[in-house]
Amino acid sequence: MRVGVLALQGAFREHILAFEALGASVRAVRLPAQLDDVDGLVIPGGESTAIAKLMRTYGFYEAVRARHTDGMAVWGTCAGAILIASDIVDASSDQEPLGLMHSVVRRNAYGRQVDSFEADLDVAHLGEPFRGVFIRAPLIESVSEDAEVLARHGGLIVAAREGDLLATTFHPELTGDPRVHRYFLDRVVGAR
Amino acid sequence: MSDNATTGTLRVKTGLAEMLKGGVIMDVVTAEQARIAEDAGAVAVMSLERVPADIRAAGGVARMADPTIVDQIVGAVSIPVMAKCRIGHFVEAQILQSLGVDYIDESEVLTPADEEHHVNKWNFTVPFVCGARNLGEALRRIGEGAAMIRTKGEPGTGNVVEAVRHMRTMLEEIAWVAGVREEQLFTVAKDLQAPYDLVKWVHDSGTLPVVNFSAGGIATPADAALMMQLGCDGVFVGSGIFKSGDPIKRAKAIVEATTHFEDADIIARVSRDLGEAMVGINISDIPDAERMQERGW
Repeated sequence: MRVGVLALQGAFREHILAFEALGASVRAVRLPAQLDDVDGLVIPGGESTAIAKLMRTYGFYEAVRARHTDGMAVWGTCAGAILIASDIVDASSDQEPLGLMHSVVRRNAYGRQVDSFEADLDVAHLGEPFRGVFIRAPLIESVSEDAEVLARHGGLIVAAREGDLLATTFHPELTGDPRVHRYFLDRVVGAR
Repeated sequence: MSDNATTGTLRVKTGLAEMLKGGVIMDVVTAEQARIAEDAGAVAVMSLERVPADIRAAGGVARMADPTIVDQIVGAVSIPVMAKCRIGHFVEAQILQSLGVDYIDESEVLTPADEEHHVNKWNFTVPFVCGARNLGEALRRIGEGAAMIRTKGEPGTGNVVEAVRHMRTMLEEIAWVAGVREEQLFTVAKDLQAPYDLVKWVHDSGTLPVVNFSAGGIATPADAALMMQLGCDGVFVGSGIFKSGDPIKRAKAIVEATTHFEDADIIARVSRDLGEAMVGINISDIPDAERMQERGW
């Protein structure tokens, strides 16, 4: 089993280190051909507009959709949760979602950087509370009936899973706590 | 927001810098330029009154941008907006925090307001980025609360030589600190004029405790990729874009070269037909008193 981390821009190195610490086989993905032999893909936090433009320029939209159809699991954190959604509220003019997960996501939902925050979250299947780091975070406004809401903060959805898709609006890769990475490997990629 | 939430922590301050990695932050002086930068794929824009090349040409005192311009830029784009305050000018910083900017650059590009003290950045919820030419300077700024460092280079020159010098110095000093024996760290801290705890952190981890971008003189896609290959986390481009012949095309090319910094075929392709680069300045032609990199203590 091998996971790829989209390495166009953002916090991809932290995801790679987190998976390596779990003993997983992991690769940085900078070109679409590097998706061919990965079983799961992480689209990391970063600037969703910048990542989307680079994805379009290098043909990632078609490649990620095709590989997902073939069975590749996908986890989006923050910007990644925006990009895998079916609808983006307040999208910038040419920002197209991948439309993998049946979800509606609002960008910068909490305000500006001074409103970025940390909070303890009760995340389903993880046991003890997980420290959520929210940085200019988006919000998952709705998911489909097929999805499981994994965590809420202030009553609002911050983590959800729909089959082989996982979305978190916070940043497990910045905490040193491996439980969400472990969950993705064992329960999402491993369960396909 | 619920009661179970803490803002302004070091982790959310450094975390935003983590999200900017592998990206290009572009200097803009108008909302229109900010939109062009966002469309080109910038991860953030830096709001200031004049780009460094114009500050250099105009002389006089360079200050924080007019709040109206900052507001217009904040309103024009969805990516993070940074803005520069003068070194030590904590009231300019208070104003920028009040305007809702996402990062403050306490910058040597502007005329310093205090020739002994930098802003006490721990007093702010908004994070700060500061310039540094070497490890000691970087750790002093981090000790004052900076959540991101950029090597200084020599701003407004279109000449990458100082950016290279400062990045190599930083990385060589980090490798040196990582390699010394633990009992030497007290003397290392004294020699670097840096807080002991941060020197110890660098010794133990072999890296800076915060993200380190490169700045000052980057004008081409090849310059950006050079700095990335040397080991920086991302780049600031100041005058290099809007002082060039075709800003949109050049901005996009620098973004692509920063992502694909190890792929010479891609860097070659995006480097074609970019029009005039900004006119460069040789560092030796700049009088010592006008070298911006000397500012900061």
